[in-house]
Amino acid sequence: MDLKEKIVSSYVAFEDGVNMNSDVHEIRSKAFQNFEKLGFPSKKIEAWKYTSLNAVLREDYCLFPNKKKTVTLPQVKDHFIHDIDTYKVVFVDGKYSSFLSETTHDNFDVCLMSSALAKPKYKPIIENYFNKVAKQDHLTSLNTAFVKEGAYIHIPRNTEVEKPIQIINFTTGTEDAIMTQPRNLIVVEQNAYVQIIERHQSLTQNAALTNVVTEIFADRYATVDYYKIQNDHTSASLVDNTFIEQQSESTVAVHTFSFGGKVTRNNLNFYQMGKHINSTLKGITIIEGKQHVDHHTLVHHTAPNCESHQDYKGIFNERAVGVFNGKVVVEKDAQKTNAYQQNNNVLVSDRSTINAKPQLEIFADDVKCSHGCTTGQLDEQALFYMQQRGIPKKEARALLMYAFANTVLESVKIPEVKERITKLIAMKLSVRIGFDL
Amino acid sequence: MKYTEDDLREELKTKEYEYGFYTDIESETFPKGLNEDIVRAISKKKNEPQWMTAWRLEAFNAWTKMIEPEWPNVQYTKPNFQDIAYYSAPKKKPKLNSLDEVDPELLATFEKLGISLEEQKRLANVAVDIVMDSVSVATTFKETLAEKGIIFMPMSEAIQKHPALVKKYIGSVVPPKDNFYAALNSAVFSDGSFCYIPKGVRCPMELSTYFRINEGGTGQFERTLVVADKGSYVSYLEGCTAPQRDENQLHAAVVELVALDDAEIKYSTVQNWFPGDQNGKGGVFNFVTKRGLCETNAKISWTQVETGSAITWKYPSCILKGNRSVGEFYSIAVTNNFQQADTGTKMIHLGKNTKSTIISKGISAGQSQNSYRGLVQINSRAENARNFSQCDSLLMGNECGAHTFPYIESKNKSAQIEHEATTSKIGEDQLFYCNQRGIDTEKAIALIVNGFSKEVLNKLPMEFAVEAQKLLEISLEGSVG
Repeated sequence: MDLKEKIVSSYVAFEDGVNMNSDVHEIRSKAFQNFEKLGFPSKKIEAWKYTSLNAVLREDYCLFPNKKKTVTLPQVKDHFIHDIDTYKVVFVDGKYSSFLSETTHDNFDVCLMSSALAKPKYKPIIENYFNKVAKQDHLTSLNTAFVKEGAYIHIPRNTEVEKPIQIINFTTGTEDAIMTQPRNLIVVEQNAYVQIIERHQSLTQNAALTNVVTEIFADRYATVDYYKIQNDHTSASLVDNTFIEQQSESTVAVHTFSFGGKVTRNNLNFYQMGKHINSTLKGITIIEGKQHVDHHTLVHHTAPNCESHQDYKGIFNERAVGVFNGKVVVEKDAQKTNAYQQNNNVLVSDRSTINAKPQLEIFADDVKCSHGCTTGQLDEQALFYMQQRGIPKKEARALLMYAFANTVLESVKIPEVKERITKLIAMKLSVRIGFDL
Repeated sequence: MKYTEDDLREELKTKEYEYGFYTDIESETFPKGLNEDIVRAISKKKNEPQWMTAWRLEAFNAWTKMIEPEWPNVQYTKPNFQDIAYYSAPKKKPKLNSLDEVDPELLATFEKLGISLEEQKRLANVAVDIVMDSVSVATTFKETLAEKGIIFMPMSEAIQKHPALVKKYIGSVVPPKDNFYAALNSAVFSDGSFCYIPKGVRCPMELSTYFRINEGGTGQFERTLVVADKGSYVSYLEGCTAPQRDENQLHAAVVELVALDDAEIKYSTVQNWFPGDQNGKGGVFNFVTKRGLCETNAKISWTQVETGSAITWKYPSCILKGNRSVGEFYSIAVTNNFQQADTGTKMIHLGKNTKSTIISKGISAGQSQNSYRGLVQINSRAENARNFSQCDSLLMGNECGAHTFPYIESKNKSAQIEHEATTSKIGEDQLFYCNQRGIDTEKAIALIVNGFSKEVLNKLPMEFAVEAQKLLEISLEGSVG
């Protein structure tokens, strides 16, 4: 039985565990029908031309894990940004772990999707925002059909969240293979401010597939600063679908750091619905082995005077495969748009591959849109220069790679995150560095 | 009166197609529709050897199983392939040896097109092969070329006279089953040009083919094959026009270039099929497959000026098979009114130290859509491959669109690939700068558009540059000085 059949046949069992007489369930059923029709994406679909899920879908995933395993803090401490105080929403095998989490309802809500879907108190927000911006493609439909748990964050007007919020999903490996589908909803109202760090981590070598959907709404003047840290085992795959809707004068930045996983696919979609919006999409990818990272971005400009900045850096070693597909759409009314897209790649090994497709679709005449894409290797002369001055080759290479990735790192606003990423990069390049960037 | 961008836009809207006349020449047209019998009939008409008929039939059978591509960024009603006449030829006349024997009506046609054969013969030093409704009607300078051993003749004649050469190379770069339109072309192509440059010969003049669709309800399916043997050089030009009609006409051509070791082929196209009227009615569907193969040290350079056609679907490509081979692509695509163009190139790097350059300029006006679609592929053995791509778009008005779909695939760490794209309009400040210096707005726009396309125009051979300039004028009258 292939995975699609298994998922389809398990839907009845899933329905038993949820309230079937709710509006949300109607959305689920619709999405389910959609998924039944569409199935999993194949390479024949343009958007999945360079990424095949076949190897990932071959596993016999457990869809509703029952076995419980307690996870203690020391076990997983390293996966948190633990040196600063943060709010935490932690899930273990798709279930909420109150023990590891730190949620709040003072002034603003950092809590669970399950309770937000169930309690009448949250109904207005759910009605207005849930499943509104998410596009119903293959995997988003699948997620919507099984929506049950995830993080729910609601920041009311004029509120500044004083410390970052971490959303962390662990898989423990109690089952041979596990598939989880978290669903996050983040609503940031007028003039509010929030910083969020998201991470998916598998604690064993067992196969794991995460199909996560995150919807973010940034109202007027709101600011959202979002970091995705992806450094998983080579047995874990991730499909990250993020949909962001922005209103006038809002600022949203998403940084994606992809350092590991079997297949990682990031679908990052920005929809600009007002004027003077600023969107930032940045990423660093450093992978080796047979890993595969695919960044698929979309920025949709619909109104005048908006900006978008994209900057993705990739370093690919051994047989790693990198994909970058960046699309910028500028609608007829979006005059004076300033859209900038940059994608630079370094292939370290002869067997690594990069497929890039920076795409522009422009319908307005008074715009500044540019994209640049390069693929190459490290400058031999620069390496030689450093070696001449007594820096060993390995360190010299690492230095050059740091410099290469630094344009992305320097815009990280949480110092602890920056430090963590710096350490991860050092680990990846297996060097010690004794300096700050 | 002040000339503004709005005036220019207005002028563009109303500017009519100058070559939209129809010549009343008696012609022989096959009944509409396509089946095996038609394919056989075309082959028989051409007096083709057995292998050619079999080749066509194989392509036809493959075609019946294929589906039309839907991925291009263009929208149109698909042509009904059974509603097209697949063969139309000016009534058979005895073979012509000199221009004096050419039908005066035909000569007048070409006079109107601005390619007076007489004149060209005297002044331009260009050998022209003229293909009207898929059949080659006149080839000039044959003798002069023959002295050097250069073969330049209609495809149908080449199949008779040089079957070995044709058999060896036809379909070697664009296989009959390559894609939907290439398969269709392989099955029904009626003529085209064949050109062979022997070893070490530098072709003394520009070779040129002029295509014209004349009859209504017909499609044009010509096939061009250029083979440059070791160390030779040839510059090849291609131009096309069609009468103004309400219906959409189909043009599905195949061009194959083979550049053997150290050879160089320069292939320039000025495409000016009827683009449809200002309401988007009529116009030619231009679905063309063009590809070149480069052996060691060889070089292929595509230059195209695309101003016509209702729909353009065209990707002149280079397969850089040999080490140190070079591929180039220079393109200006102008779309106006309701024209749609999805054009670009493919550079497939297979050999070591291969180089490719892509310069693409798109100008969209009216309600047209202009897309660049390109592929740069570096295979794992292509050490030190180098690519530079640049696609710039210029938008006039806010009802048109410019799109870029570059695909970059690299499997080699020593490869260096650069891609950049920009989109802009003629800036107010640029105009202001010119105005300040006493250049009026009209001239300033001309200056800017000229500068924008110059990189590509410069690549056209001298003899053709004049014509290209003229065609650009038609499409963007008032902007090119």
